[in-house]
Amino acid sequence: MVSFCPPRSSVFITEFNRMNLPLVILTPFIGAALTAWAARFGARRTAWVAGGMTLLALIILAPTLTAPFKGEVIIQRWSWIPQAGVDLAFRFDGLALLFTTMILGIGLLVILYARYYLSDDAQNPKPGMGRFYAYLLLFMGSMLGVVLSENLIVLLIFWEMTSLSSFLLISYSYQGKEARQGARMALTVTGLGGLALLGGFMLLGKMAGSYELSVILAQGDVIRADPLYTPMLVLILIGAFTKSAQFPFHFWLPRAMAAPTPVSAYLHSATLVKAGIFLLARLFPVLSGTPEWSWLVIGAGLSTLLIGAWFALFKHDLKGLLAYSTISHLGLITLLFGLATPLAAVAGLFHIINHATFKASLFMAAGIIDHECGTRDMRRINGLWKFMPYTATLAMVAAASMAGVPLFNGFLSKEMFFAETTDFFSDRPWGWMLPTLVALAGVLAVAYSLRFIHDVFFNGDPINLPKTPHEPPFWMKVPAEILVGICVLVGMFPAMTVAWPLKVAATSVLQAPPPRFDLAIWHGFNLPLLMSLIALFGGLLVYSARKPLFRQANRLEGVLDAGAYYDSIVRTVAGFATALTNALDRGSLQRLMVVFVVSVIAMGLAGALGSGSPLTGPRALLAADAVSVFIALALIVVTLATLILHHRRLTALVVVGALGLLVALIFVKFSAPDLALTQLSVEVVTIVLLLLALYFLPQRSPRESSRPRRIRDTVLALLAGGSAGALTWAMLTRPHESISSFFLENSVPGGGGTNVVNVILVDFRGYDTLGEISVLALAGLGIYAMLKDLELTGLARDARGRAWNWDAHPSIMAALTRLLLPLALLVSVFIFLRGHNQPGGGFIAGLITAVALIMQYLTNGVAWTHQRMSDNMHPLIGAGLLIATVTGLVSILLGYPFLTSTFTHIHWPVVGDFELASAMAFDLGVFLVVVGATLLILIHLGLMHDASHPDPKLQQEPR
Amino acid sequence: MEALMSLMVGVLTACGVYLMLRARTFPVVLGLTLLTYAVNLFLFASGRLTIGAPPIIHDGATHYTDPLPQALVLTAIVISFAMTAFVIMLSLKARAELGNDHVDGRPSQGDAP
Repeated sequence: MVSFCPPRSSVFITEFNRMNLPLVILTPFIGAALTAWAARFGARRTAWVAGGMTLLALIILAPTLTAPFKGEVIIQRWSWIPQAGVDLAFRFDGLALLFTTMILGIGLLVILYARYYLSDDAQNPKPGMGRFYAYLLLFMGSMLGVVLSENLIVLLIFWEMTSLSSFLLISYSYQGKEARQGARMALTVTGLGGLALLGGFMLLGKMAGSYELSVILAQGDVIRADPLYTPMLVLILIGAFTKSAQFPFHFWLPRAMAAPTPVSAYLHSATLVKAGIFLLARLFPVLSGTPEWSWLVIGAGLSTLLIGAWFALFKHDLKGLLAYSTISHLGLITLLFGLATPLAAVAGLFHIINHATFKASLFMAAGIIDHECGTRDMRRINGLWKFMPYTATLAMVAAASMAGVPLFNGFLSKEMFFAETTDFFSDRPWGWMLPTLVALAGVLAVAYSLRFIHDVFFNGDPINLPKTPHEPPFWMKVPAEILVGICVLVGMFPAMTVAWPLKVAATSVLQAPPPRFDLAIWHGFNLPLLMSLIALFGGLLVYSARKPLFRQANRLEGVLDAGAYYDSIVRTVAGFATALTNALDRGSLQRLMVVFVVSVIAMGLAGALGSGSPLTGPRALLAADAVSVFIALALIVVTLATLILHHRRLTALVVVGALGLLVALIFVKFSAPDLALTQLSVEVVTIVLLLLALYFLPQRSPRESSRPRRIRDTVLALLAGGSAGALTWAMLTRPHESISSFFLENSVPGGGGTNVVNVILVDFRGYDTLGEISVLALAGLGIYAMLKDLELTGLARDARGRAWNWDAHPSIMAALTRLLLPLALLVSVFIFLRGHNQPGGGFIAGLITAVALIMQYLTNGVAWTHQRMSDNMHPLIGAGLLIATVTGLVSILLGYPFLTSTFTHIHWPVVGDFELASAMAFDLGVFLVVVGATLLILIHLGLMHDASHPDPKLQQEPR
Repeated sequence: MEALMSLMVGVLTACGVYLMLRARTFPVVLGLTLLTYAVNLFLFASGRLTIGAPPIIHDGATHYTDPLPQALVLTAIVISFAMTAFVIMLSLKARAELGNDHVDGRPSQGDAP
């Protein structure tokens, strides 16, 4: 049948197989959006969508699943930022296989489980389920990205995304303070770790000459010999340890238990906290095998193992116990990688699988108990065996596996763990210490597992439970059943189940054929077995002596709470920031302004005086002519007039208008026609704007500044003005070197326009311009949002107390401006078209059009104008931004960098030869945004006028 | 010419700063407008002063003035319009919500009813 496949589709399949890894990562992200969208059709559908997308990811992954078993490493690559050595490269090998199956498999089970956990009963899901699944899928996609990345920088990006998405998941019940605090703490700690990791990766990339794992993994010896090996190692380990909650960064994990239990089951069994371990495994061949590695990793692992096990025993919260036991088991795995023998790495991988299965099922059981009892306090939950024997059996099997009881999977990896620790230091005099401490941790593990079983399911009757517990719905148990089934299967028939995938994963961790290992339940009577027995009986003993131990622990409560230290550090930092802010900002803008002006002047003066260079430079000066002197004097007079008249606001405003015209003249004088045109048109809209606004403000500023304050401000103003003037002088008298010769030379051959300023705007620096019109659009929209629903009362009387004149719009002026409109628009088109070669362009043309249209409003009134023109400027702004961006994207599609322009000469009868550059389309975008934003601002302010004086006469059309 | 330009920038800055330190919103907006002129002129002057040589390529021209500061200032003029508009709307909003036009939003003597 296969041979009937048409060649085209087989090509398609090969193509697909060459790009399925990014699709696997992308699927959950698309799923997140879909789930959020599906939520509007009922919360229950979101579970189907989430589950379906996870299955889809598994199906997309399927064709490559077998490759690692054949010894292949699949690498799929797209060029991204080649200059920085960053490619979108993905890798699928044994280790990635192990993790992707865990992430997707347990993810699927968690999605099924959460469907029931988040419902009050089997039929009524709680609202917000869509949000939950969307976050969960976001997290799943980020986690897949981490384990499938070939490029370290790409890995880091996904790593940070796991931090962010787990923040969203932990803070899912954001109404609760604990959830918010827990989420913040997790984000801070893992975020800081991510920063350290970035540093470590940069160093590692520099040492290896590449960020690609295939290159790095082959250079273990070079990297270990590098002088910067130790700092690099420390940085990377900080990243891994914060993520995997290793001592002393372990404290965030128990606080993260504020998340809904399905989240804990996912994050703390198979995924988030395993990311750090994954990193240790991934970089194992490069980083391990040095004394630094052994000390740091064994030290962190061992202390985490012990501390976690100790605290787990004394937690009364069911999830608290599981949280600390998770920490402890993560320490165990870290310790195994720290030992750095091939067999220890195999054991570490094995325990990753085992811990994921039994811990996920334990969290699910804890969730069922919480769901059915309404509390997680083990002092109140007792004797549940009578109420839910089936769930109890599941939980007991999983807990037995956690304790390391034979016939369950936890026993096997723990045996290997014990064996490795006894071998490691056996040649040293103090070699007995490690096995002893490890056995002690084993004893504690058995004790807290016993507590989980005995205290919850036996030990008398429940005390004062909010609900009467009963077995959960059928499908809520299924995920836990599957996981517990795996625990038992692996525990009984290890060689037939996990031996092969383990071997494949170990091959990619070690980058070498793995050592021979024997996964059997019975290895004969040896030291590890003795340790297991000691752990089992010791655990029983410790648990039976729990009452005096609990009393002791109560007294020690809070002594070793790293979370409290973290809290106090955060409080100190936040307190310092608040104090500093309060010292500078006392709720007075004037004061803050003074601080700002004084600091600027002080820094400027310090820099100038410190440099020791003379004020005047050697550049030849231009001679001043009479007209220039006159204009400069006029400008100074007008400026001072503004200052003196500023209490009479309208007068000051009129004077400022003159100032704009003078500035435009200066631009004309000094060879800047484009600037002069822009300044002129901006001046018009600015003055119209300020006039409109002034209508709603007091007409006079009261004279209220005290004399000392006026003197202080005068001194500051003189200092600031003097400095600015001196700076200008110093700059103008110094020689000038510019990169502009490039623009001048390439404007015509490269950009197809003779107006260099315009070519710079729309071509050379088009990307900047795109940013600037975005700012303009944003300002317009921001103003629109601000004016919406704002009610202002205008003036009834002017500054001198005279009544407002309610005359309708003067008809001669109205008629004239109507005539002027087509002329003005024609000028605008002219300015726009010639802009590429002569002064003009989109900015200026846009302003002229805006002025022409505003004139209609001013002279004809709102009612008349609205009959002829829509006041909705949003489509115009949107179209402008779209055109500008699409122009840029087209050049990407044609294989050029963003916003590359092209041009051609066109002969048009009558008009003659002219150039048509693709940059013109971009300029059109600029034009539309300028028109849209300017009109949006002015029209809406004008409309408020209309609303403020509902005088019928004004609504009339002028005659 | 250079001295005139420096003087103008200085005066504009001084008056702008003085107005910016006032207690009412409208003078502060005027002050910002003056400062905008000063900054635009300063940026423009960073290309040095050239007379009669606009950056428009044509035959027979021996030299051109620096086009780059001009391109920067052109967008700066438009953006500062947007900024002025935003600030003045903010002051309208403050007036509507707080009932006065003091920059700190607290009423004081001398307010028009």
